[in-house]
Amino acid sequence: MQGNWALAKKRTRLEQRARIAQTIRSFFVARDFLEVETPHRVPGNAPEAHIDAVQSEGWFLHTSPELCMKRLLAAGYPRLFQLCRCWRAAERGTRHLPEFAMLEWYVTGCDYHILMEQCEHLLDSLRPEGLLTYQGQKIDLQTPWERLTVADAFDRYGSRSLQQALAEDRFDEIISFEIEPRLGSHKPTFLIEYPSELAALARRHPQRPHVAERFELYIAGLELANAFSELTDPVEQRQRFIDEEASRRNAGKPPYPSPENFLRELETMPEAAGIALGLDRLVMLLTDSATIDEVVAFTPELL
Amino acid sequence: MLTCSDLRKGTKLMIDGEPHVIVQFDFTKPGKGQALYKCKLRNMITGALFDRTYRSGESFEPAALEERDMQYLYQDETGYVFMDQKNYEQTTLNDEALGDQKYFLVDNMEVKILMFGERGIGITLPNFVNLRVTMAEPWVKGDTAAGNNKPATVETGYTLQVPSFVEEGTLIQIDTRTGEYVTRVKE
Repeated sequence: MQGNWALAKKRTRLEQRARIAQTIRSFFVARDFLEVETPHRVPGNAPEAHIDAVQSEGWFLHTSPELCMKRLLAAGYPRLFQLCRCWRAAERGTRHLPEFAMLEWYVTGCDYHILMEQCEHLLDSLRPEGLLTYQGQKIDLQTPWERLTVADAFDRYGSRSLQQALAEDRFDEIISFEIEPRLGSHKPTFLIEYPSELAALARRHPQRPHVAERFELYIAGLELANAFSELTDPVEQRQRFIDEEASRRNAGKPPYPSPENFLRELETMPEAAGIALGLDRLVMLLTDSATIDEVVAFTPELL
Repeated sequence: MLTCSDLRKGTKLMIDGEPHVIVQFDFTKPGKGQALYKCKLRNMITGALFDRTYRSGESFEPAALEERDMQYLYQDETGYVFMDQKNYEQTTLNDEALGDQKYFLVDNMEVKILMFGERGIGITLPNFVNLRVTMAEPWVKGDTAAGNNKPATVETGYTLQVPSFVEEGTLIQIDTRTGEYVTRVKE
């Protein structure tokens, strides 16, 4: 009997992956972040129209540790990170797994600009030489990286303006097929200032309330991370949850209980910013792997 | 009816009354956005290829095609000839209908042929096939690291990645669904 060759041939990638996770932990510990673990099985997730949870005996597997992480911020923890597995039903593609590894970190007393700098520093600790090649694209990691507003990205790369795309309900298509492949192609790009209706948990820009303080990080066309200045107004947060939950129910999705503990404790949450980064995609980028399958030992199909 | 979650490489759909098969598939989803299902479809009658993107919530009519158990006989200038083992009727599939699967056909192999009316338009092979390696780099002594690989060509002309210990003359098992090496066959 020979060993399973499909598993054996992944050894190099798995060794690289383990080193990346180790570097990430050292990076945050050195900056006085507390590593925490929060439950994977929860009564409900933050309702979002397009993210579906896996059900688990009447509860759900978490789609992100976000709500628990913010309750810890509200209880007075200033800097937190978590490296955990998350589940999103029916997401499977060359860059998606229904069970995947997420890195989230949160900082109080600042807005999302600090997270952009931390992304730059994190990549610097993972790739000190300041250069990487992904699928033939040479990427210069020298800071500062590009900051591009969503509206400018539509003007520069899209077949129509942001306003037109929203009016025609084609935002997701234009972003996915026209804009994303061209983002971060020489230098990493922070796509910033999302329309506020596309950011259920983000704070509105203080001067321009039609945009939210949300960014996504792209390198070599790979979407790596999503970040916010956190919304800390419990009244506005409750209303946004009601709206998102209504659109979930209209689509026939199983209802989530309203996260009352979270909403109550949000009143004591200080100004904060938080980010979710897909670890599998980061490993793809750093190991020049074309598909997410190459950077995990097991895909669902191999089980 | 099928929904978007049924879409994958190999799914067969009826579009405008003709059967189509998904030959390339990717799921994509911009951050916080809706799922998009990017498909390359092949019209199973005309062979025409085209791209189409579906969004979650759409539904599809499955292509209800009859599958018949047949045996592979031989290849001639008209294509690949199969015979129904119940009534001895023969049907011929062309190169296009077989695609890369032609590399996994072995004489007398029992397969399922997809029928659209009286016409064979597709094939389902057994999941695994054994083929002999006809060309491979020699094994470098001392290279025992698990997971090292190299290219090899098998008797049908198909080239794939194999572990370094596989040599010319070795009989190997290939997964016909992925085209990948599975194991060495003991003889």
